[in-house]
Amino acid sequence: MKFLPLIWANLRRKKLRTLLTLLSILVAFLLFGYLCAIKQALNAGVSIAGADRLVVRHKVSLIQSLPETYKARMEKIPGIALATHLTWFGGIYQDPRNFFAQMPVVPEEFLAMYPEFILSPEAKKRWLETRTGAIVGRKSAERFGWKVGDRVPIRSTIWARKGGSHVWEFDIAGIFDGREKAVDTTPLYFRHDYFEEGRAFGSGQVGWYLIRVKDPAQSAEIAGKVDEEFANSPAETKTETEGAFVQAFAKQVGDIALITAAILGAVFFTILLVAGNTMTQSVRERTGELGALKAIGFTNRRVLALVLAESCLLAGLGGALGLGLATVLISRGDPTGSLLPTFHLPARDLLTGCVFVLGLGLATGALPALQAMRVSVADALRRM
Amino acid sequence: MSEQSSGASDAFLVRMDGVEKVYRRGSGEVHVLADLKLEVRQGEFLALMGPSGSGKSTLLNLIGGLDRPTKGSVAVGSQRIEQLTDHKLAAWRARHVGFVFQLYNLLPVLTAERNVELPLLLTNLSKAERRKHVATALSMVGLTHRTRHYPPQLSGGEQQRVGIARAIVTDPTLLLCDEPTGDLDRRSGDEILNLLQGLNREQGKTIVMVTHDPHASARATRTVYLDKGQLSNEPIT
Repeated sequence: MKFLPLIWANLRRKKLRTLLTLLSILVAFLLFGYLCAIKQALNAGVSIAGADRLVVRHKVSLIQSLPETYKARMEKIPGIALATHLTWFGGIYQDPRNFFAQMPVVPEEFLAMYPEFILSPEAKKRWLETRTGAIVGRKSAERFGWKVGDRVPIRSTIWARKGGSHVWEFDIAGIFDGREKAVDTTPLYFRHDYFEEGRAFGSGQVGWYLIRVKDPAQSAEIAGKVDEEFANSPAETKTETEGAFVQAFAKQVGDIALITAAILGAVFFTILLVAGNTMTQSVRERTGELGALKAIGFTNRRVLALVLAESCLLAGLGGALGLGLATVLISRGDPTGSLLPTFHLPARDLLTGCVFVLGLGLATGALPALQAMRVSVADALRRM
Repeated sequence: MSEQSSGASDAFLVRMDGVEKVYRRGSGEVHVLADLKLEVRQGEFLALMGPSGSGKSTLLNLIGGLDRPTKGSVAVGSQRIEQLTDHKLAAWRARHVGFVFQLYNLLPVLTAERNVELPLLLTNLSKAERRKHVATALSMVGLTHRTRHYPPQLSGGEQQRVGIARAIVTDPTLLLCDEPTGDLDRRSGDEILNLLQGLNREQGKTIVMVTHDPHASARATRTVYLDKGQLSNEPIT
């Protein structure tokens, strides 16, 4: 600690240069935070996907529906504990910009399938007792100002009602939360029997199935058996783990991990050059002073440590400001409104950011620190 | 050799024997010092004179452990410093030697008191103790009113006084001064020489001072002359 004033004073030597370097590091780590949050949002489903859950969809595409009768046949396959179905509703609340997911489900099966949703017993009871009842995630409830007991009209872009109207009304029976931060709390789930009774077409058809296997180790084998069961039928299936399904869905946008890594790689490489150049210049300018320090008894190792501490302090300040700002801005929520429902900066990525900060400090300081350590006292004093 | 009365004892603080210093420049070699012998008594104020390039600074660097001889031995007190590792040599310098440079070599980003404190950062002294030592050193050089000033805000003479305060703050046995008045006007130079003379006479500091200036060397208790790598007791004509 007693060397801190010396390290700090060296950083203040060229204030503008230090400030610009600091800002460039800040921007890099702000970007890092945002990219991590975007990656997290796009891959959120993968991280919380149950290892024991499989998704069964139409072999051709997710848009093609499957018969509701498949459920009973699936449940007969050994190793399957539970099967339930969901269907894409494609609804809009008031304004097309208010996009969020809604799906008809069989409530008891659905809640058994998704233990990561927290719903009070009273809400569950209300939902089961109300045919038009729906449960909505906390984020959407807060976004639209919905309360339990509210009746909300949602216009489906796909499903017309008998009579021609596309507007469906739901009674909010409960608001659910997620057990983890990564759980998406934007969708609205309503009862399949209400949907089935009211829709003008597609009766007896559902969007896709979720099945729970008894032993996750047998997932691949059971997936094969499911697809075999419906082979050569008008609606052949493709079964995969929920994680693989969500990942494939996210990859429609692109290989998120690769894109993130490529952008961050470019950013950090540039920052490495910028901060490294600052440190190298700064050390070269004071070779004579380093000579004076060595003359009065500073060892080579201490000089090396001083330069490294200086570069780490610079990276640390910029990184802390960048990550701090990213945390604050990201905590304000999804910047797109609804496209990134689980937009947040996970603690794991924050920790990775801290490791990057330290790495950046050491990497940018290594070369000038070695130069400072190696310069002989007599040579250095001549350069004063 | 010109000698004045001094408080020097019979004990030698510095002993250099058979010292050679050769620099390699490309494929050639430059012999700076050859078979040099020098002894400096405890409490002596020795002036080292000679023309430019005669090896005065090299000799001073060897005494202070800033450089190593190609051949020969350098002993300060009971320590053969040419045998020490770089790490031990740095620690030895911190404990036993104070350096005063021609261009002061102060850190411009630190105040006068922070500059003086630098050698104390290598000790185990507490912050309060360090402050006390710094205040003492600065009062000895008459700069108590300029402690919070940065070097660029001080005159040359004041900067050199800060340099001297930094050199004496750890109470070293030996003070090595490389042209301490070389960058100062006559009046400031005299003040610095008075200060050095006082440190020698009143504090008993052993001082080796490199200088071009006969006026400065006249303050020393003994003067030796260096030319073509050899020491002489008489001025070079």
